[in-house]
Amino acid sequence: MSSHAHTGGSTVHAPMAEPSGFIRKYIFSVDHKVIGIQYFLLALTAVVIGIVLSLLMRFHLVWPNATLPFVSGGQMSQEQYLALVTMHGTIMVFFVLTTAPQGGFGNYFLPIQIGAPDMAFPRLNMLSFWVTFLAFVCIIAAFVVPGGAPISGWTGYTPLSGLGEISGPGEGWGQTLWIVSISLFCLASLLGALNFIATTIDLRAPGMSLMRMPLTVWGWFVTAILGLLAFGVLLAGGILLLLDRSAGTSFFIPAGLVVNDQLQPHSGGSPLLWQHLFWFFGHPEVYIAILPGMGVASHVLSTFARKPVYGYRAMAYAICAIGFLGFMVWGHHMFVSGMSPYSGFAFSVLTMSIGVPSAIKTFNWLGTLWGGKIQFKTPMLFALGFVSLFVSGGLSGLFLAQPAVDNMLHATYYVVAHFHLVMGVAAIFGIFAATYFWFPKMFGRMMNEPLGKIHFWFTFVGAYCIFMPMHFIGIAGGIRRYADASAVGFLAHLQPVHQFMTIAAFITGAAQLFFLFNFFYSLKFGPKASKNPWNATTLEWDTDSPPPMDNFGGHYPSVYRGPYEFSVPGAGDDFIPQWLEPSQVARAK
Amino acid sequence: MPSTIVTEEIELIHADKGPGGGNFAGDGGNGGDDGDTGNSSGGTRVPQRAYITGMIIALAGILMFFMAFVSAYIVRKDMPNSAWIPLQVPRILWLNTFVLIASSFTLVRAHGRFTAKDEEGFRHWWATSTILGVLFVVGQIIAWHQLAAQGIFLATNPSSSFFYVFTGAHGVHLLGGILALLYVQFRATRKVARGTAIEVVSLYWHFMDGLWFFLFLLLYLGR
Repeated sequence: MSSHAHTGGSTVHAPMAEPSGFIRKYIFSVDHKVIGIQYFLLALTAVVIGIVLSLLMRFHLVWPNATLPFVSGGQMSQEQYLALVTMHGTIMVFFVLTTAPQGGFGNYFLPIQIGAPDMAFPRLNMLSFWVTFLAFVCIIAAFVVPGGAPISGWTGYTPLSGLGEISGPGEGWGQTLWIVSISLFCLASLLGALNFIATTIDLRAPGMSLMRMPLTVWGWFVTAILGLLAFGVLLAGGILLLLDRSAGTSFFIPAGLVVNDQLQPHSGGSPLLWQHLFWFFGHPEVYIAILPGMGVASHVLSTFARKPVYGYRAMAYAICAIGFLGFMVWGHHMFVSGMSPYSGFAFSVLTMSIGVPSAIKTFNWLGTLWGGKIQFKTPMLFALGFVSLFVSGGLSGLFLAQPAVDNMLHATYYVVAHFHLVMGVAAIFGIFAATYFWFPKMFGRMMNEPLGKIHFWFTFVGAYCIFMPMHFIGIAGGIRRYADASAVGFLAHLQPVHQFMTIAAFITGAAQLFFLFNFFYSLKFGPKASKNPWNATTLEWDTDSPPPMDNFGGHYPSVYRGPYEFSVPGAGDDFIPQWLEPSQVARAK
Repeated sequence: MPSTIVTEEIELIHADKGPGGGNFAGDGGNGGDDGDTGNSSGGTRVPQRAYITGMIIALAGILMFFMAFVSAYIVRKDMPNSAWIPLQVPRILWLNTFVLIASSFTLVRAHGRFTAKDEEGFRHWWATSTILGVLFVVGQIIAWHQLAAQGIFLATNPSSSFFYVFTGAHGVHLLGGILALLYVQFRATRKVARGTAIEVVSLYWHFMDGLWFFLFLLLYLGR
């Protein structure tokens, strides 16, 4: 079975034998491409659930007294609304924004883009997917256990999350499952991060120096480092929280806490300790979600502007700087927790300093577009949308980064609008850009362009219609997580704005059907894709669509130049691929 | 762009193949972590150094995991109204610590025997380390029993909670190390891969040793 064709130092190998049998090939596969698609499909399932949850929330905010057929008792209770908030946040952050860009596209394309036949540790890779899957099963199971889903938000703040059933429905089984799910997810992400980093360090093809790596690889690489250093901390926090709930310890639960007229048997714990542990993970997590999107945006902008990435080195360094600073700003989530003003000041300055590498990136994206021969294909539209949303969402971050302003805006819809634009929708646009861009490579067929463009415009305009007005509700004092703002006197007049946002959300949600239809229709009926349909330069376009088991069909590529050699003066084509030997490059006539 | 004057630039951009990445036409070791079965992987795929890299990366993650516990310990201990009662660390921990440090020395000895191609000596010292590791775990369990006999359990006091968390988390990691030691002793047979396995497992073991020494100092001096 093992076909040895190892001849001295030659880089020619016999193609790896594909495993036969459905289960080895598609279910318990060690092939990073299959695992990438598995991650992607998991995220696709999760995002559909997440969107449905958010639409239910939007519906409830506008028609709080409506009778719903699937809710016991007809009307949704406030606790049920909080359960929706919790599950929407958890599913979206972990199982969509972390899973799709890193687990999905990272897994599929990082090895190919650096010219490797697979990840460094394929079995570990398979294990991390299946543990992620198990985590997903746990979180979905929280819907159906007695008491239902937890109500403590995606941040699982203590003491609410640490007390058990007494603190509300869903805080029994539901919250326990939540913690187990997140802990499993941490474990899986740690294994994945290990694999990504080792692969990038040791499996690059000859000639693929660090400064010749596509910016997508830089994004995944730095994201993996963030994951490695952050997920272990959340795992530790999760274990302590689980012990507080089930073993009677007092890590996070203070003394003298009375809940539902019952004195809790805990002493001296610190709820803020949980917040520190959570946000030490939670802020890097924001960059775990967005950095791969930044990589994809740079990659796609360059390809469809037919120009090299402006300031490639600065882009790579900016990704590193954002990752590095991301570990020093977790306190800005806790400005109102009574921290020392000096700490607040330090966290504030560090937070705003992230604006510098972010501005470098934005400037260079615009510089990449400047004077380019721009082709407005669907992936390009989504990459442009990414830049737009990243700027719109990022700017409000500068306001929130100041403790004095944050005191007013904390826990209002302003914060919700900010992070949905910059981390939620922007990252989703990165995922869409990646999907439209790499679909031909992954599935061997092209997606439909007109449908893609309709999908883009509905989603782009829709996202702004949902989240721009939300800023104003926040400034007006609209508090997030309130199940029924119409019952609050000073917020009642904002209901029309909520109605507008809800209608926009339903239209935007429905527009995603264009994407789903396009995706599944093109899988079967799309026109066949060539090896390199976009005339792109990186190694994934040097192989068949979809690539064979060992990625390059028995030969290992060598790399001769940087990743974005577009419109090189004097060259015959407007792109020079990384794998092309110097002697093969066509000259202009 | 006038193409006439800039043709030379192409040469500059082609440059050379540069320094850069690895070449996974490795050193004959079987590739991937699907190592021994050698099923789907033909020839070499993963350079041996990837396993060393992987272990160093894993240790960084493990270090962050334990540092989260350690920082929680420091914060929780000095909370106002922390209800903290310093824990009398069981005396057997001194012995356990000595045993674990000794196991690192015997492991270094085993590694030396391996490089000297003294198979018998290697197996002897490697087994000694494994036995010392098992003794350490047994010693930790005895420490738990001693505390339990005094009525000190996980939830008795925050100090005891942290004691059980530290020793428990470290113990689980050490059990993994013992399994790895046993694997090298009984299963890893291929020559090149075995050298790597010895390196990787040694790295892990010494790290767990150092980590325990740190935790012990923290529990003893920082109580």
